Amino acid sequence: MSSDVLDKRELNTPETGGPKSKIEVNDFNFFYGTFQALYDLTLPIYERHITALIGPSGCGKSTFLRALNRMNDTVIGARAEGEVLLNGQDIYAPNVDVTDLRQRVGMVFQRPNPFPQSIYDNVAFGPRVLGRPKARDLAEIVESSLADAALWDEVKDRLDASALTLNPGQQQRLCIARTLAVRPEVILMDEPCSALDPVATLHVEDLMRRLSAQYTIVIVTHNMQQAARASDYTGFFWLGKLVEYRRTPELFATPKEALTEAYISGRQG
Amino acid sequence: MTRQQTNRLAKIAISLVAALVVLPTVFVILYVVYNGIGVISWEFLFTAPRSGMREGGIWPALLGTVFLTFGTAIAAFPLAIATAIYLAEYAGDNRLTRWVRLAIVNLAGIPSIVYGLFGLGAFVLFLNLGTSIVAGSLTLGLMTLPVVISTAEEALLAVPQEFRTVSLSLGATRWQTIRHQVLPHALPGIITGIILGLGRAAGETAPILFTVAAFYLPELPRSIFDQTMALPYHLYVISTQVPGMPLSLQYGTALVLLLVVLSLTLVATVLRTRMRRRRQW
Ligand SMILES: Nc1ncnc2c1ncn2[C@@H]1O[C@H](COP(=O)(O)OP(=O)(O)OP(=O)(O)O)[C@@H](O)[C@H]1O
Ligand SMILES: [Mg+2]
Repeated sequence: MSSDVLDKRELNTPETGGPKSKIEVNDFNFFYGTFQALYDLTLPIYERHITALIGPSGCGKSTFLRALNRMNDTVIGARAEGEVLLNGQDIYAPNVDVTDLRQRVGMVFQRPNPFPQSIYDNVAFGPRVLGRPKARDLAEIVESSLADAALWDEVKDRLDASALTLNPGQQQRLCIARTLAVRPEVILMDEPCSALDPVATLHVEDLMRRLSAQYTIVIVTHNMQQAARASDYTGFFWLGKLVEYRRTPELFATPKEALTEAYISGRQG
Repeated sequence: MTRQQTNRLAKIAISLVAALVVLPTVFVILYVVYNGIGVISWEFLFTAPRSGMREGGIWPALLGTVFLTFGTAIAAFPLAIATAIYLAEYAGDNRLTRWVRLAIVNLAGIPSIVYGLFGLGAFVLFLNLGTSIVAGSLTLGLMTLPVVISTAEEALLAVPQEFRTVSLSLGATRWQTIRHQVLPHALPGIITGIILGLGRAAGETAPILFTVAAFYLPELPRSIFDQTMALPYHLYVISTQVPGMPLSLQYGTALVLLLVVLSLTLVATVLRTRMRRRRQW
């Protein structure tokens, strides 16, 4: 990856008084067997900001996202090279406990996918397996997570109802609450709105904006308007490479690379 | 004949042949019911045979079959579940997996009389369990393993991958994921498999021949290390080994055995249908 992709001034790094990075990706390569899905990625992910990843289908956005909490580990033959530093610690170091990593780097998926259990049990699942709370604390965690996901008012009277009785927008917010319940530091979202209608989509974007005060958020999206509206930084991926990575308004207003320009204008026009 | 006529004819002919398959089943059941229903009574079901088995009931054999069915379940369950979990959740493409799969395929192909002989050698003699309910249950359990393992594996694989992914992404361990998000959803399917396996085990004669079954033992077993009578073997005995045996008793015994086996299959089928209907994904 060329150094001009990461223009330090435009990225507003700490040196220029900008935010501090939560995750540092250094010379990262990723392979599915012999197929290389990601090439030489080097980029920071800023703390308590929203970073959007855009790019055509198959360019490696999801792969990159899953590399950040090592969900790719479950793919047979998958292999990572290079560093991903979370708070300065390499998450690919041999002594890393992946369950601990995944608690710290949570994930929200494309399709709302609550467990076929009650609303309460969905949110409580994470804290329960992490072995934390007594019943009272658990109830508190469930309430605060649902409240943070802007769902508490809608479900507080039916916590025992099946999560599948919720509409898709509510289900997705439930999934966000479920992720919040384990108190992550980073939240990865892989096209979290692609199965939602426009109103539910705006609802989730609002929510992301509010959550970014506390959490570092990385979102993959196919929706240019969403990236432009809802993110602080945007990275454009192309065939496994990071082509351009800048502050969102600048990337959309004055893309430097011809590829970026073609992609965002193609998508917007 | 036009193409359309041939088409219609083919459909009719094929449907008729398919209907023929139903006939033997219905015929066998009706035949046994017709010939056996007459002797079914409280006394027949709940008293021991008398006068060299030519009179009285089948209680010790019926109870023996119930004991053996439970024993089989207890013997097969842990091994089958663990193997199925290994195959569905952990198995990589390695030598252990290949050996396990090969073993299961071969277990399924072994004739039941060979199980009987194996049970005699391994459980009765080598483990010194004697001719006993334990030895019989272990033998029957071994025999039902392949069915139970493959239905259990299927039930586990039917649980959406997504549940595992989400669970792991929340920081759950592999085992917590299996325990809390996979097994509960697969359990009805697993139980169905076990009951189907038991249905087969309850009707088998050969595996219990040398391992547990008593020729004529009016007393009920007092421990799991006792022998017991059992319905299939009792039926075999009274049909071939006892001269002057009233035919009606044989058919009555056959009817009870049939009912035991069919009701197990029925329970499994009902459970499976209900589970399919209730499934929410
Ligand atoms: N489990 C896998 N095994 C092998 N190859 C994979 C696997 N997952 C993804 N790939 C390949 O890696 C490349 C990147 O895939 P990825 O899913 O990361 O793309 P994406 O940018 O998220 O695409 P989309 O926008 O369609 O979600 C693709 O060529 C894809 O075929
Ligand atoms: Mg993707």
